[in-house]
Amino acid sequence: MAMAALRREGRRFVPLISPQPISAVQSSLISQEQAPLGVRSISTQIVRNRMKSVKNIQKITKAMKMVAASKLRAIQIKAENSRGIWQPFTALLGDNPSVDVKKNVIITVSSDKGLCGGINSTSVKMSKALHKLTSGPEKQSTYVILGEKAKAQLIRDSKNNIELCITELQRNPLNYTQVSVLADDILKNVEYDALRIVFNKFHSVVSFPPTVATVLSPETVERESESGGNLGELDSYEIEGGETKGEILQNLAEFQFSCVMFNAVLENACSEQGARMSAMDSSSRNAGEMLDRLTLTYNRTRQASITTELIEIISGASALKG
Amino acid sequence: MMFRQGSRLLAGSVRLSRRPFSTATEVPAATTTNADSGFIESWKKVIPNIDPPKTPSHFMNPRPATPSSIPSKITVNFVLPYASELSTKEVDMVIIPATTGQMGVLPGHVPTIAELKPGILSVHEGNDVTKYFLSSGFAFIHANSVADVIAVEAVPVDHIDPSLVQKGLTDFTQKLSSATTELDKAEAQIGVDIHSALNAALSG
Repeated sequence: MAMAALRREGRRFVPLISPQPISAVQSSLISQEQAPLGVRSISTQIVRNRMKSVKNIQKITKAMKMVAASKLRAIQIKAENSRGIWQPFTALLGDNPSVDVKKNVIITVSSDKGLCGGINSTSVKMSKALHKLTSGPEKQSTYVILGEKAKAQLIRDSKNNIELCITELQRNPLNYTQVSVLADDILKNVEYDALRIVFNKFHSVVSFPPTVATVLSPETVERESESGGNLGELDSYEIEGGETKGEILQNLAEFQFSCVMFNAVLENACSEQGARMSAMDSSSRNAGEMLDRLTLTYNRTRQASITTELIEIISGASALKG
Repeated sequence: MMFRQGSRLLAGSVRLSRRPFSTATEVPAATTTNADSGFIESWKKVIPNIDPPKTPSHFMNPRPATPSSIPSKITVNFVLPYASELSTKEVDMVIIPATTGQMGVLPGHVPTIAELKPGILSVHEGNDVTKYFLSSGFAFIHANSVADVIAVEAVPVDHIDPSLVQKGLTDFTQKLSSATTELDKAEAQIGVDIHSALNAALSG
């Protein structure tokens, strides 16, 4: 609702600000003023209206900042608590961003709502770059998109490579069950050798480094561990339970994916709130500055008209006396 | 995925007096996973105008190298999706509920990957024994005497209400006998499995 109101305010606001910068307002006001013949007062109606709308926008952005701040607090705790879950997997299977495989799936995590700074475009930019890096002859690289905003950006030029779009993830508070259902859905619908999850990791309210986590398919894990390389150590592990090694690795890869996704989605949601908070903070500050300038203009105009009237009265009186 | 079912059922029979889990964050732990330099090089070649993204190893404390002699304690990381229950805690022994049976892990254990079934994880530290009931998950034991246990849901055993467990067990046994579709049957079977594991954990 706040967004709609903001948009409405914005529409009212745009024709006023776009033609000329602030300093030009005063002169244009005077020249365009259609006063009745003989009356020389200056109307301040336009400036007053604009002050009102700027004040309203400021109120909205302030409220949005407060909302984002309280949401951030809740989700930050969750995100920080979920940071333990992916680390054992990275310790065991290593971090393999450079792995060279045929079928790459890039999972872009973004938000459903806008007004949160550049985090969604960063995700998209990174995903496009990764796509460029992983595609080539005999190689295939596709997108799975989470969130409305990345969808809107990627659908424009990479429509053919999009395999799956999932939106409205954050309607309910995020929990592991929900994310593992989602992870299941993704795994059912794509064929992959490596999944690359692109998200913004929450670092502080002003820094969200884009991050790429890689999850390998069980076949890739097996191949890589046999050929030595990064996963060479995996061969020395004894495997307990399950019928075959392949089965265990399959379960392991699925579990790893759901855990990494869970952390990624939480980190991204946290970054979103952080970015929204700072974006709304700077726009309320901007609105405040604009309001100050407008108030100055308004008072100066008023003062000028009073001075003019006084001069007229005084000079009239002195002419009569003289 | 059986993990989900398990955790939901488990949550159902736990009293709400659960103490808040610790909020420890990044688990500092073993083997050094260096940032992949090959990745950064190839990134810079293909996309020179954007900085390469971070990868998970940037955010992880390096894990210790394998010591030459067997240490006296084993380092345990026990994580859940919503908490780090134990992080780099040094203990004498852990007993893990692997699908192949209870597995005692002492320092110097051979590197192992084990799938877990619903059951008791006990952590022995001197004379203290802490017991948790896990729904399911994985355990990795590394060569450097570090054990990682990842579970979907876990609660300390003394937080489980025996009467609710009994009730759940009878409910699901009934459901299993009356189930018609394969899905219903599987769900009921999972419920029975979890509740009988809970029952065994409480009595044993």
